[in-house]
Amino acid sequence: MTVRVQTADFDAGREIAELRGSDPRVGAVASFIGTVRDVNDAATVATMTLEHYPGMTEKALTEIIADARARFDILDALVVHRVGELRPADQIVLVVVTSAHRGDAFDACRFIMDYLKTRAPFWKKEVTSEGARWVDARVSDDDAAARWQTQTGNET
Amino acid sequence: MPDNSPPSVTAVTVRVVYLARLREAFGRSGESLAIAADAPDVAAVLATLRARDGVWARELAAGRAVRIAVNHQLVAADSPVREGDEVALLPPVTGG
Repeated sequence: MTVRVQTADFDAGREIAELRGSDPRVGAVASFIGTVRDVNDAATVATMTLEHYPGMTEKALTEIIADARARFDILDALVVHRVGELRPADQIVLVVVTSAHRGDAFDACRFIMDYLKTRAPFWKKEVTSEGARWVDARVSDDDAAARWQTQTGNET
Repeated sequence: MPDNSPPSVTAVTVRVVYLARLREAFGRSGESLAIAADAPDVAAVLATLRARDGVWARELAAGRAVRIAVNHQLVAADSPVREGDEVALLPPVTGG
């Protein structure tokens, strides 16, 4: 399991290769990359600053992966999340999951992202054509995370 | 001790951390805060801050979406706080 918070960009190919290693049990690798869009809520985004709560962030991400391990049959997982100033088209977050079969890899990857969006202490501040503003949380993100609670009975 | 003495009030000092929008609204990233209550908990921390009125009362009004982490763990309002705890006030998160 790997969790990293960093200002530097990441190379998804290298991260995937490292997570897979030469483990012959791996039959499926699912990955997700989140990137910065140039328009949000009808305003043009010039730059975005991502901040987090050092200490809690790493702990929250580790717990989310542990949660995914308990729910899905996966072999390993990685989360890399960037902080600092980003621009449209920049990469923000990478999630990679390895498992024997694709179903668990897809599900665990989506689960980790859905929980990250609602539980990991990151905040986005945009500089837009309308001025600087903190990005509002979306109800649809809560809905996405809540969906997993009705699908599996282990939620606490 | 006479029987009519007031109930004991525990005073604890916690480290409060303000994040993102709340840090900007309050003009500080954190502070040391003394909480006096029969049973000091997260709700008592919030009540102490709300009592300052102004931006504090507005940002922490009932119904505002503020989550609390004690020592880096998200907790409910009735969770106890102890001497030296780090109590963080988190606006709704927007990572990913």
